Amino acid sequence: MKGMSVIVKQISRLMYPSILVLGVYIILHGHLTPGGGFAGGVLIAGAFTLLVLAYGADEVTTARGKWRATLGESIGIFLFWFIAVLGIVQGGYFFLNMVNHGEPLQLFSAGIIPLCNIAIGIEVSAALFAIFITMSVLKLGDKV
Amino acid sequence: MSLLLYFIIVPLGGAFLLPIISRLRESLSDWVGNAITALLLYCSVYGVITASGKTVTYFVGGWRPIADIPVGINLVMDGLSGLMLLIVNIVALLVTLYSVNYMARYTDKGKYYTLFLLMVAGLNGVILSGDLFNLFVFLEITAIASYALVAFGIEDEELEASFKYQVLGGTASALILLGIAVFYQTTGTLNLADASRVIAGIGHTPTVLFAGVLFMAGFCLKAALIPFHAWLPDAHPAAPAPISAMLSGVVIKVLGVYPLCRLFFNVYGITPLIQDIFMVLGVVSIILGVFLALSQWDFKRLLAYHSISQIGYVVLGIGLGTPLGILGGLFHLINHSVFKSLLFLNAGSVVYATDTRELKELGGLQRKMPVTGATSQVASFSIAGLPPFNGFWSKLIIIVACVQAGQMLFAVLAVIGSILTLLSFLKVQRYVFFDALKEKWKNVREVPFLMCVSMIVFALLCIGMGLLLLPQISAVTLKPAADVLYTGLEYATKVLGG
Repeated sequence: MKGMSVIVKQISRLMYPSILVLGVYIILHGHLTPGGGFAGGVLIAGAFTLLVLAYGADEVTTARGKWRATLGESIGIFLFWFIAVLGIVQGGYFFLNMVNHGEPLQLFSAGIIPLCNIAIGIEVSAALFAIFITMSVLKLGDKV
Repeated sequence: MSLLLYFIIVPLGGAFLLPIISRLRESLSDWVGNAITALLLYCSVYGVITASGKTVTYFVGGWRPIADIPVGINLVMDGLSGLMLLIVNIVALLVTLYSVNYMARYTDKGKYYTLFLLMVAGLNGVILSGDLFNLFVFLEITAIASYALVAFGIEDEELEASFKYQVLGGTASALILLGIAVFYQTTGTLNLADASRVIAGIGHTPTVLFAGVLFMAGFCLKAALIPFHAWLPDAHPAAPAPISAMLSGVVIKVLGVYPLCRLFFNVYGITPLIQDIFMVLGVVSIILGVFLALSQWDFKRLLAYHSISQIGYVVLGIGLGTPLGILGGLFHLINHSVFKSLLFLNAGSVVYATDTRELKELGGLQRKMPVTGATSQVASFSIAGLPPFNGFWSKLIIIVACVQAGQMLFAVLAVIGSILTLLSFLKVQRYVFFDALKEKWKNVREVPFLMCVSMIVFALLCIGMGLLLLPQISAVTLKPAADVLYTGLEYATKVLGG
């Protein structure tokens, strides 16, 4: 897949940091405002997808690019699992909310829920990006 | 007891780590996969022995019920769940053992074990869940992992079968989800034990029954009973042999028969109408399944049709609703898991050695592949119901229970089904293992050691499982499971207390 014109490239380059920041914001405030790990993760994957559309897929569809997407996905989902298992270690219950709950409506509150949101954000962004890479490489009738 | 949790979190954790581990070294994924299934088998044996038929409940996240009304998700292990866990994890361990050599012919073992462990986690989750929506989530985990596993060979045949499986599996899931929505709207709860109390209070109102009809259609699609069976004869043969063994051996039972029993015996409370539906579906599956199987010339496709027929026996036995009938049905369920898994592994070994599944092309493999041949004869006799193999005992109990319940017609049809099964397997034995050895197979060799070990253990189980009927062994395995279904609505009291 080839890149697009200079105008598209420049505008996407200007846009993508703000999309990334918005995604991170939505993930971190998931327990306070609408959205959360999934919605923020989709935005982050969207920022990368925008770059790929503008600049072409050659950079990311290498073996290393695919491995990075797999790695991000595995780490994200494993973190989520790990947070849940920590509950057993701490108090004998899976998904026990063992972190200090803090002041309601503050950024640092709600115990493990923001941590879970971060894990979900990593997982969703990496997985959606991996799906996008796969779909941009494969054509009908291709063998993997 | 947090032991219940390990059945779900251990395979999930393994599945999440495997994509990274297998990248370091391909052979590590074999070790991790087998170690996890071995650990799960140990946990299930330990759990069944320590629980010894009592009901154990676990509240996820520490959300205990308030005034007997559950607020969080709970996991429940009673006699029935214990029996199912035991059989799922036995089959899973032997199948991963078999996969070590068999899957070496495919690419990317890491992905295979990831999907396999996700499937096992989903199966254990369905069995342990005490919450209807949670059950649906685990059911989808298993279903989606198995769609991918059916297509693992990525040839045209596999992809087509997987697509068909996905469409019909998706239909089933949609029906179940709609059923859950109607059910929740009517009863105001998703917890099975709590819902059981609510339904006992309001009775079988039209909306409750409508949800029941949706569940019946959805779960029968998953169980592949006869009017709902179209996906099975494509999906099961197309998958790699170990996955065929899992799908036919445990997946159709855990996703289909188990939720049907749980819902209609423990939540709705069994009625003569529901019993009649079970029995008629069962008998139709027995007879039509075996007739469809008789005309097949593809080894694995023939076995797939027999799965439909044998599930019919399970549903017929359970549908009788008598203690003996339920015992026979559940006993046949675990027996079928063992001998059908073994038959699919035998078919896999034949494919491994010769690269064909056509019965007419094979012949005379008995001398070249003695282990595969001998174990397949044990499994064939078991499925056909010859004494002293396990299939004989369970079919005998089901037929005796039919006679006791006064259902002579069903008893006769079950016997006819059994005779036709014997006929069909004599055909398999003649065309694959006996007959004259064809010229092109003279260099065929027996399959590798680990595959043989797995098949031999299955064959020993086929011979030895009749012992489960001994009173001492039955008291911790079959009896508590049958009691759970026979005592029906007492489930709510056992889970929530009071």
